[in-house]
Amino acid sequence: MTYLNKPVLHHPKLKANALGLTHRDYEGKVSTLCAGCGHDSISAAIIQACWNLSLEPHRIAKLSGIGCSSKTPDYFLGPAHGFNSVHGRMPSVLTGANLANRELIYLGVSGDGDSASIGLGQFAHSLRRGVNMLYIVENNGVYGLTKGQFSATADRGSASKRGVSNSDSPIDMVSLALQLGATFIARSFSGDKTQLVPLIEAAILHKGAAFIDCISPCIAFNNHPGSTKSFDYVRAHNEAVNTLDVMIGRETITADYAPGTTREIVQHDGSTLRLHKLADDYDPTDRTAAADYLQRRHAKGEVVTGLLYLDPAPRDLHAGLDTVETPLNRLGDAELIPGAKAIERINAALR
Amino acid sequence: MPVKPLERVNDFVVKFANVNGSGSASANRLFAMSILRMGVPVSPRNIFPSNIQGLPTWYEVRVSERGWLGARGGVDMMVAMNPQTWDKDVASIEPGGYLFYDSTKPMPTDKFRDDIVVIGVPLTEICNTRYSDPRQRQLFKNIIYLGALSALLEIEPKAIETLLREQYRSKDKLIAPNIEALHLGRDWALANLECPLGLRVRRADAVGDRIFLEGNSASALGAVYGGATVAAWYPITPSSSLAEAFQSHCRRLRVDPVTKKNRFAIVQAEDELASIGMVIGAGWNGARAFTATSGPGISLMQEFLGLAYFAEIPAVLFDVQRAGPSTGMPTRTQQCDVLACAYASHGDTKHVLLFPEDPRECFEMGAQAFDLADRLQTPVFVLLDLDIGMNERLCKPLAWDDAKRLDRGKVMTREQLEAGVTFGRYLDVDGDGIPFRTYPGTHPSKGSYFTRGTSRDRFARYTEEGPAYVDNMERLLRKHDTAKRLVPRPIERPGPAPTRLGAIFYGSTSPAMEEALEMLAAEGIALDTMRVRGFPFHDDVPAFIARHDRVFVVEQNRDGQLRALLTVECGIDPAKLAPILHYDGTPITARFIAAAIGKALRGWNVTPLRRVAS
Repeated sequence: MTYLNKPVLHHPKLKANALGLTHRDYEGKVSTLCAGCGHDSISAAIIQACWNLSLEPHRIAKLSGIGCSSKTPDYFLGPAHGFNSVHGRMPSVLTGANLANRELIYLGVSGDGDSASIGLGQFAHSLRRGVNMLYIVENNGVYGLTKGQFSATADRGSASKRGVSNSDSPIDMVSLALQLGATFIARSFSGDKTQLVPLIEAAILHKGAAFIDCISPCIAFNNHPGSTKSFDYVRAHNEAVNTLDVMIGRETITADYAPGTTREIVQHDGSTLRLHKLADDYDPTDRTAAADYLQRRHAKGEVVTGLLYLDPAPRDLHAGLDTVETPLNRLGDAELIPGAKAIERINAALR
Repeated sequence: MPVKPLERVNDFVVKFANVNGSGSASANRLFAMSILRMGVPVSPRNIFPSNIQGLPTWYEVRVSERGWLGARGGVDMMVAMNPQTWDKDVASIEPGGYLFYDSTKPMPTDKFRDDIVVIGVPLTEICNTRYSDPRQRQLFKNIIYLGALSALLEIEPKAIETLLREQYRSKDKLIAPNIEALHLGRDWALANLECPLGLRVRRADAVGDRIFLEGNSASALGAVYGGATVAAWYPITPSSSLAEAFQSHCRRLRVDPVTKKNRFAIVQAEDELASIGMVIGAGWNGARAFTATSGPGISLMQEFLGLAYFAEIPAVLFDVQRAGPSTGMPTRTQQCDVLACAYASHGDTKHVLLFPEDPRECFEMGAQAFDLADRLQTPVFVLLDLDIGMNERLCKPLAWDDAKRLDRGKVMTREQLEAGVTFGRYLDVDGDGIPFRTYPGTHPSKGSYFTRGTSRDRFARYTEEGPAYVDNMERLLRKHDTAKRLVPRPIERPGPAPTRLGAIFYGSTSPAMEEALEMLAAEGIALDTMRVRGFPFHDDVPAFIARHDRVFVVEQNRDGQLRALLTVECGIDPAKLAPILHYDGTPITARFIAAAIGKALRGWNVTPLRRVAS
């Protein structure tokens, strides 16, 4: 299909959101990834989430590194600027872009090779700086474009398509993000759109460093028995600790829930996250307990998903730098150039 | 063998040999400043180790009423405060020169020379008698030697006192003790030594309205005036003080007067890769951004620099050049990154370089670099070096024309897009190779594009077709050609007599070159010169070479990097360009240049005009 252009025409009865835009207005080019790739489901979830939130597509900046996942920003949000940068360095480019204009929404798309290997340092530092962004790692445990080498998130003992067993310890991006101070941390599965879409919405609304580790099976190189990143394995071992509804402003509660099973958290932007507890003992506002829970479950081979940590009132990089509200890229000559008089004063002090 | 002591007024070199971390820097700077305040030009240079405390450090002050600001070579007076380097320091004094030392502990006679004048001042003893606090003993020792030197060299104590009052304006209880220490040393010298010496400072009027500052600070101020709002950097000597100066300039000049919030963002990144990544991200998004680094940082940034070249993203890099990798020599000066910057990255790349000669040009080019980067949509390198970056240099006052506007280059606006102007991100509409760009978020449905390296057509659509690639590469060459006319023009100066010989030089070599030309002229050797200020080379450069039989290319690196760039980029026969290379980590001197050029000419059997005449 990838050699065909997308048809421009669409069904006249496609549903419009608050901006009068349909799904089609949030789509991008036709994907060139393999049929059935988990990444395409994530692109679809991003489109769905942005449409649900009625975001103006052009007010989003999409940035990526190199790899299959990093190609995807071309396949969603066509009216948005995108930047396919260099391998493992999306976080720094995104950080710089964010410094230049704090008003846009920043979506960083990366993979496990891009973020857990070559770009582990930049992944870490962008989270600890609290860059206001959604950072998604489309995690398949394998290098796809270079044909099937293990990545750093592959579990020890998991097997490659050729039957080789991985002898190195895996990097758990979620545990790292917890330690590094990310203020919104979730894990999801490309095969579970119901869980993923509200997580993306909540992460976009979050005014700080939001990270989603999305297990996204590689249909070509990592979807076989012996892999711990295959559709079958993740379905069998997925332990969702909660599900999420995102409400902007105050919406009427339409369903009744058993007492003690829901919890509402109001984010700084005014949105409300209603969490439906699936695991009684999981508290997503306790950073250390979350880390402990994840490690214990991982040791049992479980893949814990859901909203894993949330600080509803984060301080982002701009707050730390105390920058003006006006985006720096809009400041004019008068605001930037101190002028000839100031130069005279400076000269006088240098004699 | 005793030699007649040197007799020189307003023309000598004093070198201070100190221990790093002993607090000598401030006293040494007062020494240089007080001479400046007497109207006599000085050029000080720090020679320091990669160390915080304990290793040797030197501060060399050249006093020159004639105004020579380059390093001279040789030492007329050594202030030997470091026993570690005593032997070498004493050996470096010119015959007839002076040795100033702390005579509290007797030194064996074989530690001196009989062809120099030895001046012992019991600094430790004076200090220990007056002060009981160990820190005071150390700090005031520096001021005490300054006081003694003021008597020996006839530096006006009033000038030093005024400087002390200015320095401690906000901590005024330090003024009186410092002035007391100054006079402690001065009075001791006047009472016990024959003052003044043969070396003397005499009030003159040779400084004028010139200012005294470091190239790094001036570059940072240039970045402020050039409209930079984002700085991302990683600490590396000798460039760290540039980023730190940007921070302090911004705190004074770039805070919103009403909200008190910052009109700038400075990030100390985790490494140089992240620094340049942030600069590129900010540049892509329409903010003016820069990094400050040195050679190793440039090496690390290579991949990103290629991306910025191909994706056509403005970025400014200040490269304060230093010698070699690792630690140690890197605190010494060189011009050794010319090729690494000119061709930075994989693939076919060529970058824009600027070569400031002094802090004033650091300021001017520092500001101009941002206009060039936006106009050309490409990385621009400002190549300074440790010599001008980290030393205070006397230069013409900074100037700014309030009528000047920042040139943001070709940015298509929402209005233009709305009006239906064709937008092709890589479409050369004006024939200068420079396409239009849009900032992210400009228009709801027009003008967005997907930024990537080379695999795209004129409308930024993905393609791996050969002809589209070639088309793009040729446009990038056209753009590079446009840059020739935009970078600062080279400055030509005719020799004192008609000549077929020329010399090309750049950057911090300037003052030594100027002085060398006078020395050569005195020998009857005339050279036309050209100071190159930018790359790609302006057409004036090959024209200058064509007009001369032989052209010396004077630079501070081993491989003749600018010479190599001239031969490759201007298609010049290498035999025509004679390299004059200085690269031991010390700043190039006039003595070196004049000697090397003289030697080369003798080798070619060129007879100086004066010898013909006489």
